[in-house]
Amino acid sequence: MGLFDKIKSIFGAQPKTAAPEKKAPESAGKKEVAPVKKSEEVKVTKPKVAYVHLSGCTGCLVSLADTYEKLLDILGAVDMVYNLTLADARTLPEGKFDIAIVEGGVCLQDEESVQLIKETREKAGLVVAYGGCAATGNVLNFCRGGQANQPQHESFVPINRLVKVDAYLPGCPPAPELIYNFCIAAVTGDTEYLKPFMAGEAGGYHCGCDLNTKIIENALCMGCGTCAASCPTRAIEMVYGRPSFNNIRCLKCGACYAACPRSFLPVNKIKGMLV
Amino acid sequence: MPFGTYKEVMALKAKDAKITGVTQDGGVVTALLCYAMDKGIIDGALVAGKGDMPWLPKPMIATTKEEIIAAAGTKYTISPVISVVKDAAREYGLDKIAVVGTPCQMYAIRKMQLYPFGGRHIPDKIALTIGIFCTENFSYAGLKTIIEDHCKVPVESVTKMEIGGGKFKVKGGGKEVAIPIKETHKYEQESCHVCSDLTAEFADIGTGSIGTPDGWSTVFTRSTKGKDLLAKAMADGLFEKKSMDEFKSPTTPPAPGKKPIKTGLDLLEQMDKQKKEKAQKTFDERKALGLFVTPEIVY
Repeated sequence: MGLFDKIKSIFGAQPKTAAPEKKAPESAGKKEVAPVKKSEEVKVTKPKVAYVHLSGCTGCLVSLADTYEKLLDILGAVDMVYNLTLADARTLPEGKFDIAIVEGGVCLQDEESVQLIKETREKAGLVVAYGGCAATGNVLNFCRGGQANQPQHESFVPINRLVKVDAYLPGCPPAPELIYNFCIAAVTGDTEYLKPFMAGEAGGYHCGCDLNTKIIENALCMGCGTCAASCPTRAIEMVYGRPSFNNIRCLKCGACYAACPRSFLPVNKIKGMLV
Repeated sequence: MPFGTYKEVMALKAKDAKITGVTQDGGVVTALLCYAMDKGIIDGALVAGKGDMPWLPKPMIATTKEEIIAAAGTKYTISPVISVVKDAAREYGLDKIAVVGTPCQMYAIRKMQLYPFGGRHIPDKIALTIGIFCTENFSYAGLKTIIEDHCKVPVESVTKMEIGGGKFKVKGGGKEVAIPIKETHKYEQESCHVCSDLTAEFADIGTGSIGTPDGWSTVFTRSTKGKDLLAKAMADGLFEKKSMDEFKSPTTPPAPGKKPIKTGLDLLEQMDKQKKEKAQKTFDERKALGLFVTPEIVY
């Protein structure tokens, strides 16, 4: 469990023992991935991963698959113990597993969903809120019930409302490359890359308004346009060098703020790109 | 370290008069983009094209040399160039995109390559990044105020503007006006004051006028990609080249009471240092006010 100790140490928890570094699958040469740290004899233990599907559109899973041949890297690097769409197992495995990737929000009126996310938290070493719905609530923020064929289903919440979440991947859906980078970083223990996903504020309610309240109000916006390019619904237009945000179109996915170079700037990682 | 990491630095000037006739300084960006397009190294470039109002740039996806040349020249206001990167990759179907922008836009595109939250299939399509030296930027209204109220030149008549030698210079309306750069400071966008990057430290190639005389550009190659491209272009005789040593500060001591004159890389280093110090100061001030400031913005 060296990886998790390492990751958890980001939050200030004590790592139990110095564990050997895990080695990446054969991914060298792919430029999105930070170079794998050199280490001598390493034992590769594949982390057990469960893909938990709550109330979401499966778009995030499609995005995961949209990594083309790199999907094989990801699937090769992990042991997929539960994935309703891709694997046979119908229930979460008995006992503990390493990572739960959760897609979709939780419907509070659906007892099974509530139970599933609780059970996931108990069994998983790490819970990853994958995609807007699980991370920020996303389009589920607009749910109000009263619709066929389950009119009683009206409250859909991001998973951090019910359980502790270790990492958030906002975006609707997060780009395939982001997922790939995240998975490889998780397997190789690249905590520096993972850090921004683990910031508590990455989860929970987000909105295009974040650009105003967190970036422009703090005199940080320099008008690069990254937010506009990142928006899945084109709710952001650049007008005189500042984002002009169309509230009606905003899905509340959180991609714009996460992508903004002034929300966090991975300077070291960027320097590593200049080879 | 001044100028960030780089492989080489040199002074360049494009030989093609068609290019240098319209560009800001040595025509390095325009000539390199045209060359990369010819050689199939890129199939499109994100540039600052002409917008709907005089000197209001509009981010543009240039797919021909004509479009690249039409977008030549510095515009001293914000062109949100990254905003069109998804259009270039998805709608235009470009596979090898060049991005031209300010240093802050270079780290924006780098972050998008590393953390593409909404940048589906963009990271591997960025073939080249060219960063332009930048001390600070103005909002469009700010720029217009400088030109019309301070320089007294109608903005629609302006044919060229430049910053150099401590002056903001405007050509247009049959005259040439220069005002002290100090007068323009209050129109700088506030977000530039936390930026510590003058020389586009994260681009494949960083270039700008500071450090070289009129008609020349100072050029840094920072990645193997940038270095190789430039080496090819040099081999094909695209540029006149001079060593930065030719523009060294004068060794004669300054006249009594005067500051020593700095030129070449000394000047660039001094300005780079000033920008970094200002960024640190602004960072600390804002922190003291309890405001959120991007961690790592000062590095």
